[in-house]
Amino acid sequence: MAGNIWVLADHWRGQLSEITYELLVLGRELAAEAGGSLQAILLGHNVKDLAAGLGAADSVLCVDLPELAEPSADVYGQVLAQLFQAKQPQTLLVPLTNALWEVVGVLPAQLQIPFVNFCLDAKMVAGQIRARCLLYGGKMEATVTAPGPVLLGILSGARLADQGRAEKAPAVEEVAVTPPGSSRVRFKQYIEAEAGDVDITQQEVLVSVGRGIQTQDNIALAQELADAFGGAVSGSRPVIDQGWLPLSRQVGKSGASVKPKLYLACGISGAPEHVEGMRNAALIVAVNTDPQAPIFNVAHYGVVADIFEVLPVLTEEIRRRQASRAA
Amino acid sequence: MNILVLLKMVPDVIEELEVAPDGKALDTEFLRLIINERDAHALEEALLLKEKHGGQVTVLALDAPEVDDTLFTALAKGADRAVKITALEPGLTTRATASRLAQVLPTVPNLCPADLILTGCQAIDDLDGMLAPLLACELDRPYLGLVSRVEADPAAQKATVLKEYPGGVHGEFEVPTPAVLGIQAAEKPPRYIPVAKVRAVMKSQTIESVPVPPTADAGPPAVEVLQLAKPEATTHAEMLEGSPEEVAAKLGEILAARGVL
Ligand SMILES: Cc1cc2nc3c(=O)[nH]c(=O)nc-3n(C[C@H](O)[C@H](O)[C@H](O)COP(=O)(O)OP(=O)(O)OC[C@H]3O[C@@H](n4cnc5c(N)ncnc54)[C@H](O)[C@@H]3O)c2cc1C
Ligand SMILES: Nc1ncnc2c1ncn2[C@@H]1O[C@H](COP(=O)(O)O)[C@@H](O)[C@H]1O
Repeated sequence: MAGNIWVLADHWRGQLSEITYELLVLGRELAAEAGGSLQAILLGHNVKDLAAGLGAADSVLCVDLPELAEPSADVYGQVLAQLFQAKQPQTLLVPLTNALWEVVGVLPAQLQIPFVNFCLDAKMVAGQIRARCLLYGGKMEATVTAPGPVLLGILSGARLADQGRAEKAPAVEEVAVTPPGSSRVRFKQYIEAEAGDVDITQQEVLVSVGRGIQTQDNIALAQELADAFGGAVSGSRPVIDQGWLPLSRQVGKSGASVKPKLYLACGISGAPEHVEGMRNAALIVAVNTDPQAPIFNVAHYGVVADIFEVLPVLTEEIRRRQASRAA
Repeated sequence: MNILVLLKMVPDVIEELEVAPDGKALDTEFLRLIINERDAHALEEALLLKEKHGGQVTVLALDAPEVDDTLFTALAKGADRAVKITALEPGLTTRATASRLAQVLPTVPNLCPADLILTGCQAIDDLDGMLAPLLACELDRPYLGLVSRVEADPAAQKATVLKEYPGGVHGEFEVPTPAVLGIQAAEKPPRYIPVAKVRAVMKSQTIESVPVPPTADAGPPAVEVLQLAKPEATTHAEMLEGSPEEVAAKLGEILAARGVL
């Protein structure tokens, strides 16, 4: 029905992901503005139990087929296109997650509708979607509009997940579709993460280094500070891509989500894919030479300075305080 | 095996970005364009595959300031051929780019079918669509994104591909070729190439220019940018000022008060 807002539920390895709840909160706001209802779309195989977690929606449209066991651009695209043709929603919110990456990518072509990427926020203005999008690694924000129906790719953190959890069980409608063909891309298996020497998700203090650290040798500076705290060193993607730290130390979208008592971001710009993994830390302190760095929009305390000047002095300060505490 | 790598020029976000007077786009006057970081990984993966299996690596980019430097650098790194698509109207959206590329690729001699089309998994300025999946749809080829390893089996016309998931988990997939893959990270960091070598290549090799005629094909309604601005932060860090010693002392106080120490 026109005016209905759809949220494509992201679930991975048997669990609904946090971002699905965030989208339900945003979807509820849009449904109220559009005068329609909020419907969660649940695709997969043996996923009916997951529908119970989607009570924040008015109803759940579920397609459960063996071909949908793993998200694939080919089959998910075909099934969503059928649902979309049949029910004509006003807006479809899709989470920008790794599991749904290819599905999100092909949907604009499958549905032949406008797509808006990197959305952090959206509302209805005069019956049309208006969205705010984070571009250029978080350094710029675009306000955009497009005539409906529209597909919105939503970044993690758009709303608070907890507000999207509901006790009540939603009405579930199992939708019959013409069976999709099989996917050309064949899923074979998951390869589990290699256990690292430290588990960064269990640390109370993380000294996290980004491209600003410049060389592998310089990581010693961060290690000394981490040692003074009794914490560990983690890093952003470029540091891991360079092989300066192992993958087990990566924070962010394809790394770990961490919630330490202190997250000290050193020479990290604060791209959305990094922020996704650390924005829930209890205390965030950022040191960066660029006063415009987006990391300062998520940090609690910020220092515009060269990490090579700050780190050694801070290490001394922490050592002194730890020593006097121990004495 | 033959591999086509798509390279996109994007603003260097380490520099300060300014908005144009119309408030809707970046001010291009002082804008420095560089290769999209993920595309350098796509090129590296292509070069590693060529080293293993032989064949040709072609790099292709749309005309843009500084694009020749990027294409010559790719040649110096080991790409065999560089193609520049010219005569496009400026400010083409990603969706329009996908359909124009699908239209032009088959017309360039000896380009298609490439066994693999590699792109970066994402560009930092993308607003209205992701290029690789859209192009894959237009060319009716399989697509996988967030790829961090490609083991090709040219004889069997397939590749075993790893895709990244959260927490360091990887998914293993089998992809029939020809296919389109969005590369997240190459197996090794992109190789470094001295400027002198790029200069030498500029003298010895050329970039093919391929003009693309305008098209009347409108496609779905476009996304309209109303405003581009620095993010209106709902929160901003409290900034600590002073010498490194003063900043360290202030931080020490804060951390002690918060019970971190
Ligand atoms: C699908 C996808 C998944 C991704 N997953 C992740 C992920 O899991 N984790 C992740 O981190 N990224 C991820 N990324 C990459 C992400 O988009 C950014 O490219 C990355 O986070 C940038 O890392 P950075 O901040 O270290 O580097 P940059 O963005 O280059 O920033 C470096 C910063 O250091 C500052 N600096 C330089 N020198 C100094 C100095 N001497 N003192 C102080 N400051 C200095 C600069 O001002 C700059 O702000 C992903 C990208 C994609 C497309
Ligand atoms: N205009 C373009 N020219 C060449 N390659 C592009 C262009 N746009 C996108 N690409 C490729 O597609 C990838 C993903 O871009 P995007 O879909 O815009 O996020 C980029 O990393 C490039 O490899």
